[in-house]
Amino acid sequence: MLQLRMHLSGIGARVGVNISFERGKTSRLNRGRLQDILSRLLVKANQLATKKGPIWIARDLSRCSGCRKCEIACSLHHENRIWPEASRVRVFMLVPGADFPHLCAQCDDYPCVEACPFKALSVSKKTSAVLVNDEKCTGCGKCIEACPGRIPHMHPANGKIVICDLCNGNPQCVKVCQEGEWNVLKTVTRREHPYKLYARKPEEQTRNLATKLYGEKAEEFM
Amino acid sequence: MILGYAGKFLEIDLSDGTFKSVTFDDELLKDYIGGRALAAKILCDRLIGKWEKLDPLGPENILLFLPGPLTGFFPGGRVCVSGKSPQSNGVVGSTVGGEFGVELRCAGYDGVIVTGQAEKPVYVFIKDSDVEIRDAGDVWGKDCKETNTLLNKECRRLLRERYPRYGEWKEPAKVYIGPAGENKVRTAVVTAKWTHAAGYGGYGAVMGSKKLKAIAVKGTGPLPEVADLAKVKRMINAVNKNAYDNPLWRRWGTGGGGYYFAAETSSEPVRNWQEEWHDEKSYGVDQFESRVWVKQAWSDFGCPTNCLKIAFVKSGKFKGAITDNPDYELQAYLGPNLGLFTPEENVFMASLIDDLGLCGIQTGNVLGFAAELFQRGVLSKKDLDGIELRWGDAEAFASLAKKIAFREGIGDLLAEGTYRAALKIGKMKGKDVMQYAVQSKGIGIGAHGIRSGQDFSTEIGYACSVQCGDHTSMTDLPIDGHGSEVWEVFNDSAVVCNFNGFGLPKNFKFDFYNAVTGLNLTRENWAKRGGLKTLQIQRALLLLGGPDLKWNPKVHDDNPSRFYEPLPSGPYKGKAADRTSVRENVQKYYEQAGWDKNGVPEYETLKNLELENVDKALRKLRK
Repeated sequence: MLQLRMHLSGIGARVGVNISFERGKTSRLNRGRLQDILSRLLVKANQLATKKGPIWIARDLSRCSGCRKCEIACSLHHENRIWPEASRVRVFMLVPGADFPHLCAQCDDYPCVEACPFKALSVSKKTSAVLVNDEKCTGCGKCIEACPGRIPHMHPANGKIVICDLCNGNPQCVKVCQEGEWNVLKTVTRREHPYKLYARKPEEQTRNLATKLYGEKAEEFM
Repeated sequence: MILGYAGKFLEIDLSDGTFKSVTFDDELLKDYIGGRALAAKILCDRLIGKWEKLDPLGPENILLFLPGPLTGFFPGGRVCVSGKSPQSNGVVGSTVGGEFGVELRCAGYDGVIVTGQAEKPVYVFIKDSDVEIRDAGDVWGKDCKETNTLLNKECRRLLRERYPRYGEWKEPAKVYIGPAGENKVRTAVVTAKWTHAAGYGGYGAVMGSKKLKAIAVKGTGPLPEVADLAKVKRMINAVNKNAYDNPLWRRWGTGGGGYYFAAETSSEPVRNWQEEWHDEKSYGVDQFESRVWVKQAWSDFGCPTNCLKIAFVKSGKFKGAITDNPDYELQAYLGPNLGLFTPEENVFMASLIDDLGLCGIQTGNVLGFAAELFQRGVLSKKDLDGIELRWGDAEAFASLAKKIAFREGIGDLLAEGTYRAALKIGKMKGKDVMQYAVQSKGIGIGAHGIRSGQDFSTEIGYACSVQCGDHTSMTDLPIDGHGSEVWEVFNDSAVVCNFNGFGLPKNFKFDFYNAVTGLNLTRENWAKRGGLKTLQIQRALLLLGGPDLKWNPKVHDDNPSRFYEPLPSGPYKGKAADRTSVRENVQKYYEQAGWDKNGVPEYETLKNLELENVDKALRKLRK
């Protein structure tokens, strides 16, 4: 057991994850502790495995089961709570069955960044995500109007705008979607592509998906 | 305040259009948690004195929508609907999947308590602490799919107008009724997401009696704070992992049941339970998968299993029908039970039943009952308003289902549910037809027969359950054993999806509850205290009955008589339930539950559980 603890600490030190075993009751390596350590190592491994440079979340919306695990993962990551309305990715279900995640498409021309009168939005060089500076954001909503998909929304508690920040390169929504093999979301290296196609308003996206499912019948539900 | 709770309940009085927040003591919540148990407790405390005279469809009934402290945390969101049941005259905790319970908790409420009766149709719109009782004139009379569309539009318009800078609003979560509920049909459901339903109990009719078309809720807050977030996260992952290891369950949900429970276990209703076996390959899960499932994975909040599938008929006579799966219960009751053996016919029937806001199980049960009476010449074509109700004729069954939902002609009688219809037809025809009514204490039996002994259903499961024919709340000996109803009470009170609990260690849900609440509830404690208290209350209220019907345990704590007829076909041909053994085990169950030989909870039992007020009300039943 002592050897295993030393081994784990060693791996942690090499990849920059702090794994320490203090004397006393916290030194016990029970199942929960081990799970915690392994999951921290896994997160780090994922980060290291992520290709350097900007990424994009590729999406196949028609596969969405509406499980909202992306909302749960996103809000736990950003807010440390399960908080669907504060999630940066939100699942709409205007027509049952036509559920889909609505999240930033990282348009090539970033109209939201352009539109902000307070220079509160910027583009991350590392990931290509749109970052919101809470100190500058006034919640005026100009970015929502500028977004072809009206994707940004207001944080329900602090009144600032929230936009997907790609979790600094390791999107948590993608992780849970992949774990469950729904594969609606997938992280890919950012290449030349008209990403803004994916910035669609909820009604438009719903009509597309509902038509794919229910054909002409979909119009009855719009 | 106990962690994991939002801290208050919303009570709405529809008679005078007012609402207020109410709270319950921590001590009370420790015993009754939420959902079904809390519903039983609230109904008992407020109504036990006048229970026998209280009409479930009158203004005095209390309608409850209660999630539990685990709702939103334990994967797979559900909410429990309850009140005095217009089917059993007792209390049924009827849970339905969806985001309603989660949104409600995010809005800051642990539940909604509805009293009184509105003068004209209304719906309630909750946005966090803003509560409005709104006119529902435009949606009254609409089917469930259209109701969903209209409410989404109106609520999102209101949110947009009131919060113009918020951005796009997601749809609020909703529970609503269709025409059947509006017309107080006893087999009407409370619907969510088109196809999800709180069926057992008949609470759609209670909503209709209160002229409450729907409740829509948008909560913008987080779920309540928990005691040990790291542990809750680990436990959520464990539920996920467990589900991901069961790929066929994820792929088929219960949709494999329509063939399996007939061909393999011989426990599926076929032509009103005249048989429980078929080997129709046309009804295999592969047929559903290849021909009608247009979406293979459809989930409720946080669910890793996605047992739901979207089914849509694209061509032929039944083109345009939409439903989920159907799940096994509806596959059975709106399939072989009516002599229908193709996915298209089944989806057509289920889609219609969804739209009308009827319960697929209870309505399938009463349709099968009527068809057998037609087969036997008890009900004529004239009695059935010109419908020739032959097995396998989907359109004939559809016409009758519509008559039931709108209480037209013979539909008005069948809208009373199988048991009450059997009493009336018996009188009308001067003939006992109860032998064809496959139900227990007013509630049609779930689609899991007991004769073959191969299914999970048990010989006293329906007879002794406080939720009667409800296959999700069966019981067994011993009363603290693996098959006891107390575990179902926990599922319906916490409120969790029991499907996502399959295969987890037996203490898992209690550990989860403790991680959320910070309390220290053990499985043993629940069986001895909280779970048992709820069972006693539900039993007492069931026995007190209602103004139209009362149950006599000697007669009614039993299986439907059909289960004593030998199976006529299949690999378990000749097998039947054994009357002597059932009688003996019912008596044993009474003893273990602390009930007297007539099935009435004893003074000592109630006193030990601090249920003296229940004892007082039961005195008149003890002779």
